[in-house]
Amino acid sequence: MACNKEAIKLMHQYLDDELSTDDKSKLQAHLKSCTSCQQHYQELKKTNTYMKSMDQINVPHDFTRNVMNNLPKEPKRVGYKRWMKTHPIVTAAAIFFVLMFAGLSSVWNGNSQLTVSKQKDLVIENNTVTVPEGVTVDGDLVVKNGDLIIEGTVKGDVVLINGKLISDQKSSDPYLAAAIGGELKQIDQIFDWVWYNIKKSINDVFSFKVNTIYTLHALV
Amino acid sequence: MENAIKQKIKQVKKGDQAAFADVVSFYQNKVYQICYRMIGNVHEAEDLAQEAFIRAFVNIQSFDDNRKFSTWLYRIATNLTIDRIRKKKPDYYLDADVKGTDGLDMYSQLASDQKLPEEEVESLELQSYIQTEIMMLPPKYRSVIVLRYLDELSLLEISEVLDIPIGTVKTRIHRGRESLRKRLRHM
Repeated sequence: MACNKEAIKLMHQYLDDELSTDDKSKLQAHLKSCTSCQQHYQELKKTNTYMKSMDQINVPHDFTRNVMNNLPKEPKRVGYKRWMKTHPIVTAAAIFFVLMFAGLSSVWNGNSQLTVSKQKDLVIENNTVTVPEGVTVDGDLVVKNGDLIIEGTVKGDVVLINGKLISDQKSSDPYLAAAIGGELKQIDQIFDWVWYNIKKSINDVFSFKVNTIYTLHALV
Repeated sequence: MENAIKQKIKQVKKGDQAAFADVVSFYQNKVYQICYRMIGNVHEAEDLAQEAFIRAFVNIQSFDDNRKFSTWLYRIATNLTIDRIRKKKPDYYLDADVKGTDGLDMYSQLASDQKLPEEEVESLELQSYIQTEIMMLPPKYRSVIVLRYLDELSLLEISEVLDIPIGTVKTRIHRGRESLRKRLRHM
């Protein structure tokens, strides 16, 4: 029975469609000459046939419905996560806006120091800026986080950010109006402030263009 | 069909739970078959098949679209079933009902000198006899034999489903088949 081990291996390989033509003929030749191997081979064939004759069994008809009813309801958090994955641009835009407003409000709230646009002869006490009598401010005057008293004159615009214009007893309203050559703007709200900045930058760009055009005209 | 299923799975991944129903009804019999032939009990098989589909649904995001869905699903099902077999105590009682038969108990599996006349009953008996013999195999041979014969998977697919080298698949099929031969040769 020395043939057995080798031949049986070949039989299994044959049943698994794993045998080369050479080995197939080798196995066939051996089976013809060896009755015990022949017997073994027949038994294996029979096993194969039995196994393949096994009926396909079917699931109960409500199986799919049962599975669907038992699926976990997905938590909302997962839903958001997936939505963000599938809409990356919207997510990026949302994050951008959140960060922008956070940055903006921290700039608005965080910077409470008094700042005044650089003009000569202004008197600064505590949180109050005074344009003394007899003093004329040629350009615009911007005061941030502070109040303003005008006793002299301002030729340009006056912008008050987070502060107010104090009129003392001496100065009545008509006098004040006369003292400011340009507009008076008071900005107390963040949106006003944002709007002011936007307007300012647009104006800057615009006036720059106009200036350039004039200059070009002058050159021509 | 494979493409239609791929499409459905993409929908499921995007959160369309209803699309999963089509996936289930397409694979349910295959999965149930694998579980039943390995565990040998219709109720447990149904339970395992259901669990396999639920796990597939929960972990659908980890399924790689470039691979075959059936391979992935069968792996979940066989792993679950093998785990269940390991946890189970051996349960062969002679008076226990043979599952899948109506009122046959294990006594009917013993060699009897009376021959049953009706062919139908014989066929039923043969089926459950073979099933019993499959159940006698150690689980690691059982899974390979079930995938090979009941689902007619290729050796390569079996090696992918069970995550074992193809050489191991071959050895286990040979040994499993040898063991079945010894039990079935007198039939």
